[in-house]
Amino acid sequence: MRNALIIAGREIAAYFVQPIAYVVMTVFLLLGGWFFFALLRRFDLIQQMYLALQNPAALERMNLNQMVVEPLLHNLAIVLVILVPAITMRTFAEEKRQGTYELLLTAPVRTGEVVAGKYIAAAVLILVMVALAGIFPLILVLFGNPEVGVIASGYLGLAFLGLAFVAVGLFTSSVTQNQIIAAISCFGALLLLYVISWPAETGGGSWSQLLRYLSLPEHFATMVRGLISTKDIVYFLSVIAVALFLTQRSVESVRWR
Amino acid sequence: MIEVKNLTKMYGNFVAIKDVSFQAKKGQILGFLGPNGAGKTTTMRIISGYMPATSGTVLVDGLDIFSQSLQARRRIGYLPENPPLYNEMRVEAYLRFAGKLRGLHRGDLDAALGHVIEVCGLREVATRICGQLSKGYRQRVGLAGAIIHDPQVLILDEPTIGLDPRQIRDVRALIRDLGTNRTIVLSTHILPEVSQICDKVVIINEGHVVLEQDLDQLVAGTSLEDVFLTAIAHERGHEDLEAEEELEEVGAGRSSAQ
Repeated sequence: MRNALIIAGREIAAYFVQPIAYVVMTVFLLLGGWFFFALLRRFDLIQQMYLALQNPAALERMNLNQMVVEPLLHNLAIVLVILVPAITMRTFAEEKRQGTYELLLTAPVRTGEVVAGKYIAAAVLILVMVALAGIFPLILVLFGNPEVGVIASGYLGLAFLGLAFVAVGLFTSSVTQNQIIAAISCFGALLLLYVISWPAETGGGSWSQLLRYLSLPEHFATMVRGLISTKDIVYFLSVIAVALFLTQRSVESVRWR
Repeated sequence: MIEVKNLTKMYGNFVAIKDVSFQAKKGQILGFLGPNGAGKTTTMRIISGYMPATSGTVLVDGLDIFSQSLQARRRIGYLPENPPLYNEMRVEAYLRFAGKLRGLHRGDLDAALGHVIEVCGLREVATRICGQLSKGYRQRVGLAGAIIHDPQVLILDEPTIGLDPRQIRDVRALIRDLGTNRTIVLSTHILPEVSQICDKVVIINEGHVVLEQDLDQLVAGTSLEDVFLTAIAHERGHEDLEAEEELEEVGAGRSSAQ
């Protein structure tokens, strides 16, 4: 564990020195702010329309959670599909290219500890990003009256989603020494997880059930709606576990005879 | 201290090294010589535990580098051909990281850090960023990182490459100092380097050992260069001979066809 933390510490420092972390956070928050602004404008406009129409029943039904926070979270998730490959592409590929992989693998450190260290670092970065994006609902809470519980559940979902994405990114980076290949294959894998249930939209049967279970937005959407169920958490944890296991195998494969 | 036994490494069908064996005792500096592509780096990567051999074993202080890898790796300091520096890190931070990774704790780490900065002559670059260092300093920072945990065994892949003459002299002196109570394997193309600092020489050519000898047993009057060239030429000559024979056969075939 100590070794994993040593590696994680170095990785986190590298994110901030290089300075990937600042760029990624800026892009994430700027885009988030833009979505938030657009969604609020829309909310405001609709509200004024109902006021002008003097329709109290419709005004009653106006809901900040549904009209602002939910779409915001879904948009942020898409932004993560693009940003996470940029965060994780260097993790292993860069080490291989610049030769520091030899330092890591000849040190008395288990490959599992190397993977854990790198995962912890990327996970910290993602969690910081999600936490900073909490500024948007905070504004809503200060000036409006949204349901905080539902927001918390949605952000928990976004955090899980980010953690799962990062695990996939580590794996794609571990199989290549080319960062661009790492990024593109990670992007492809994440997007596939996103759209995997599309063929199942129309059909029934066990095949489409399976695709729907594998589909990431399906689980994410439940949490965004304010429902935290074991099933969804298990899904995210299994994606993380499988991806990290594959990463460990891929790093370990250097040692196979 | 280091026992290399019958190492063979295949990359697919390509045989990188074949049946390589040699030994280095405690306090010995072993010069590992060979032309480019002879398999020096492959052998050193296997000894350091970076990758396994297809067959054969390496014992470091009696520990098998493959099956008792963690314990064996604790005893080794390894400087690869390209110093494994993180370009965005400062020299001091890098050396701290290298030390912690090898299990050094706070108090020991500070002492070890001060020590390697001193012996490798890194004081004036300690706060510089690794990516901005000259080749010579990169090499020395890599060396400092490899010895920070005071390993019993040092594996140095061309440690003096890219250094200027004064730095070469300093690094050689440093290696000689380190070698008094450790086992060092260093690879090089520079023959005088071997005669100056090594106790023993192993020459490898086309993947197998062609000579293993203590330097003081070399016949008086023959220079290492002669030994090296004869060892390699022997192989080459052998091949050329075969090639000539083949040519003759072809020629004979043609003449008989006429």
